[in-house]
Amino acid sequence: MLKIILAVIGRDLKLAMRRQADIVSAIFFFVIVVSLFPLGVGPEPDLLRTLAPGVLWVAALLATMLSLPRLFADDHRDGTLEQLALAPHPLGIVVTGKVIAHWLVSGLPLALIAPILGIQFDLSSKALLILTGSILLGTPALSGIGAIGAALTLGLRGGGVLLSLLVLPLYIPVLIFGAGAVDATVSGLGGEGHLSLLAALTFASLGFAPWASAAALKIALE
Amino acid sequence: MLEADNLECVRGERRLFAGLGFRLNPGELLNLQGRNGSGKTSLLRMLIGLLPPENGEIRWQGESIRKLGDDYRGDLCYLGHLNAIKEELTPLENLLAAARLAEENLSEDDALDALEQVGLAGREDLACKYLSQGQKRRVALARLVKEKRPLWILDEPFVALDVAAVDWLAGIISGHLQRGGLAVMTTHQQVDIPAGTVRELRLS
Amino acid sequence: MTDRFNLYRFASPATFYPLAGRMIPWFIAASIAFGLAGLWLGMLVAPTDFQQGEGYRIIFIHVPASWMSMFIYLVMAFWAAIGLAFNTRLSGMMAQALAPTGALMAFLSLWTGALWGKPMWGTWWVWDARLTSELILLFLYIGYMALTAAIDDVRRADKAGGLLLLVGVVNIPIIYFSVQWWNTLHQGSSVNLTKSSMAVTMLWGMLLMALCFWMYSIAVALARARTIMLERERHTDWVKAELAGEQK
Repeated sequence: MLKIILAVIGRDLKLAMRRQADIVSAIFFFVIVVSLFPLGVGPEPDLLRTLAPGVLWVAALLATMLSLPRLFADDHRDGTLEQLALAPHPLGIVVTGKVIAHWLVSGLPLALIAPILGIQFDLSSKALLILTGSILLGTPALSGIGAIGAALTLGLRGGGVLLSLLVLPLYIPVLIFGAGAVDATVSGLGGEGHLSLLAALTFASLGFAPWASAAALKIALE
Repeated sequence: MLEADNLECVRGERRLFAGLGFRLNPGELLNLQGRNGSGKTSLLRMLIGLLPPENGEIRWQGESIRKLGDDYRGDLCYLGHLNAIKEELTPLENLLAAARLAEENLSEDDALDALEQVGLAGREDLACKYLSQGQKRRVALARLVKEKRPLWILDEPFVALDVAAVDWLAGIISGHLQRGGLAVMTTHQQVDIPAGTVRELRLS
Repeated sequence: MTDRFNLYRFASPATFYPLAGRMIPWFIAASIAFGLAGLWLGMLVAPTDFQQGEGYRIIFIHVPASWMSMFIYLVMAFWAAIGLAFNTRLSGMMAQALAPTGALMAFLSLWTGALWGKPMWGTWWVWDARLTSELILLFLYIGYMALTAAIDDVRRADKAGGLLLLVGVVNIPIIYFSVQWWNTLHQGSSVNLTKSSMAVTMLWGMLLMALCFWMYSIAVALARARTIMLERERHTDWVKAELAGEQK
């Protein structure tokens, strides 16, 4: 089982590396959206410090959404998805590998770049640490839940918009606990409670989402 | 032994076929024929287990393929009308990745040998997006060269191949049948498969 | 064995269609009766609230609508589970027939809540845990309808929609919990919607109105299911016979 997951991750990472433009544009999207906010609301450091957790997290949700439509679409178009579905192991295992690979190229870079953007919002070093931690912990759940939406909208007209309509409401708990962790740290309450809830969400969705996505993919392949 | 019993297929509002059945023994090839839209591809998708039949059952070695699940898919090799190759990967990487994901053992030497047989020697390390349509199809067909699984299901395998390649592929399928394999395929053109028993099934 | 047989008999559209047609007038009549009784109790009999004046009477619409919006989602998820487990045609049609009514109820609940909130709290909208969850529920309904509308093949639409409903049902408690947690953390709008001293007549009025909404939802869903059935099965013999009979 682990061998299959690793094989899928290896293949998807290799493909992503040969198409780096996708990764880079998602990261720049994140940077631009976050940088636009101070221009919209004004440069007062107090206001920015209050807004920072929410802004960074909402931007992270949107940046993750950007790369979701392609999660299965490429494999679907060239027939590889059929072959994956016909392999002698459950499709959920393959999807687990794909979700992890998606996180490695979308969530992980966001977590690494978030502290730099946090400095623009005058966050303290403790808050920056918690911000990185919360994005690191929360984005796997985004990839997992997003995979369900990507599988459900596979091959549909206007799939991208539909995908955000389906997935964004389901992202709300992750947003609340993720931004809440940073918020609580900024206001001096300590974000540990939020972080552990975020970890619970991530583990639950990584266990559950690949199988729901696999069921949705089988419906799409009929 | 592959058996189909009383199969019925409904797509959208149309019933494509009903009461369809056949039995295929080792060393036999089933050639599906019929007009476009007569349900050939749907039947193939039922045989590979992606499309559940409205009615009826498909059995492999006497057991329902629904029950067999992974065990059935482990005996099955499917070649669709899509090539299932990644444009960004080289032919060699494509073969090796496909084998690894299908839990098959394929050494690099075997893969290189297969690519040489389909006439892609010297292009193993070129990303597939630089290959022509015909060459991409050959990369997909190269999978069959070292294929050991007993049941082959091939959707239009001869399409877009030149005469030499058609003969070569017919030889590969013959070899498979001689080793006691089974095959189901659809085709529009008349192809001679030198060995094995060829059975025809016409959908109308 | 006979039980099973009956179940399948009623699950078949050809049997269900005329049955639903006969049932609809009864549900409409019941809805009107409960509605009149509920409005009489709520508008005329129930006492004026000494704190909130006459404005509070909107709860006779607001509370039943909120209950129905949540209940209908659960019913849809139930049909979705049946449909995915047993592959029955009727389940997907029922889920699709219920969705617009559920969305309407969620919308009504938000709308009347805003109307109520303005005189009571002095604002149209507060980010209260319940209001926020209700809003998300409306999004879930819209997502379901958008997904089923985007898929041309009705079988695939039913299955994909059903899966989405099940995912939604698993998520609703998590969303509700997280929103509540978020709300207590921010302590922004600590408005308590529950009132301890609710008069008995008010409770009765609300129950009667809830029954009215319930009967209405069933009637409308059945009517919608009938149209969906005719549309989907227009090539079958029973629909042709049905339509020929109606033209006479």
